[in-house]
Amino acid sequence: MKPAPFEYHRPATVGEAAEMLVALGDDAKVLAGGQSLVPLLSMRLAVVSHLIDIGRLDDLTGIERRDGALWVGAGTTEAAVGSSAEVASAVPLLAAATPFIGHLQIRNRGTVGGSIAHADPAAEYPAVALALDAEMEAVSHRGPRIIPAADFFTGLWSTALDQDELLVGIRLPVWTGRSGFAVREIARRHGDFAIAGAAVGVELDADDRVRRSAIALFGLGSTPLRATAAELEARGRTVAEISADELGRLAVTDLDSVPSDMHGPATYRTRVGAAMVARAWTAASNEAGNG
Amino acid sequence: MGEVPVQVTVNGRIMTRTVEPRLTLADFLRERCQLTGTHLGCEHGACGACTVLVDGAAVRSCLMFAVQADGTEVTTVEGIAAPDGELSPVQSALRSCHGLQCGFCTPGFVITITALLRDNPDPSEEEIRDGLSGNLCRCTGYQGILQAVRQAAELLK
Repeated sequence: MKPAPFEYHRPATVGEAAEMLVALGDDAKVLAGGQSLVPLLSMRLAVVSHLIDIGRLDDLTGIERRDGALWVGAGTTEAAVGSSAEVASAVPLLAAATPFIGHLQIRNRGTVGGSIAHADPAAEYPAVALALDAEMEAVSHRGPRIIPAADFFTGLWSTALDQDELLVGIRLPVWTGRSGFAVREIARRHGDFAIAGAAVGVELDADDRVRRSAIALFGLGSTPLRATAAELEARGRTVAEISADELGRLAVTDLDSVPSDMHGPATYRTRVGAAMVARAWTAASNEAGNG
Repeated sequence: MGEVPVQVTVNGRIMTRTVEPRLTLADFLRERCQLTGTHLGCEHGACGACTVLVDGAAVRSCLMFAVQADGTEVTTVEGIAAPDGELSPVQSALRSCHGLQCGFCTPGFVITITALLRDNPDPSEEEIRDGLSGNLCRCTGYQGILQAVRQAAELLK
């Protein structure tokens, strides 16, 4: 349970971190809060020659409105997100997802960028980013780049970030109007990764018709997934006309890579996923209707 | 692989050491500072026995390298009681409520409860359970531990 030896680097600026990523190449890994990476190193499921610790880069922390979106620095801790009034009012879905992440001690160290760059398919923040069409800000020695969430999650623990790119921030769209948001998940114990879960956003017009709908699934494939068919099914209809159970079933209809493990076979996870979509939809649309 | 100098203030004392980067904060405290009150159960972030305060925040010291703690202030279970040995309200409540059996998980619970009640002096039942969810007691003595949190909250008022 001890990591293999590695060299430690602590850049003072984002630019220096980008230079290190080029110089050290494939043998280097970025260390943020370490709440996923350190256990992987300790169990020697991952072995690296170099760790680049971005934990002291002040440019990577913060929560602020920028150009109509909410910018969250990649190095911002999950605890800071969870206690932020700005997040709660601007991007309630991000706030709703936060208590599901690990435990207090994990959220005090774990970061938004770390969770998204690690890209665990059962994690909450990647699903929230995907549901809301967030944009990822990346930096390399070539300069900055924006990657839409829809293009970001490319496979199991894999992202569109190049080896020499650093995730520096997330831009989350701010929904206005009569909107509601909810996250629902089932885990064996609170704080564990979800067996299956759903993150849902709903915006209603003055007649209670769905103007905007966003449904993301997690734990149900090799990446978080958008339930596009279910989103489209809901759009333009009134809340009363929509069966949440029907929407849940539709959301999981086309899944083709649902994992099976000791916590449950794919058929079970799929049923749980449908139920989570239905429950999150009901909670989100009720909240929107009361808004 | 090169060793790195670190300076950490542990329970008010400045500790200057040279460490391998792979040394966790938990092993740094136990083996390089001789503070063995911080216990290591799982060493991969599941059990919470190694919880310490880093700049006031409760964290798992097995999921942090000592080099990451360079320049920080760390409080371990050894730093919770008064200098004359008088138990803190959290420690005294754990004793009087039988909130420990074998005692292995206790240092982590002491730190977690101390941080919990500092940030939320009057927690609800649900907030207590949520706040303690990151600490496991393999003796399963949770009822006594929960009672100790309630009693400590009263003592601290």
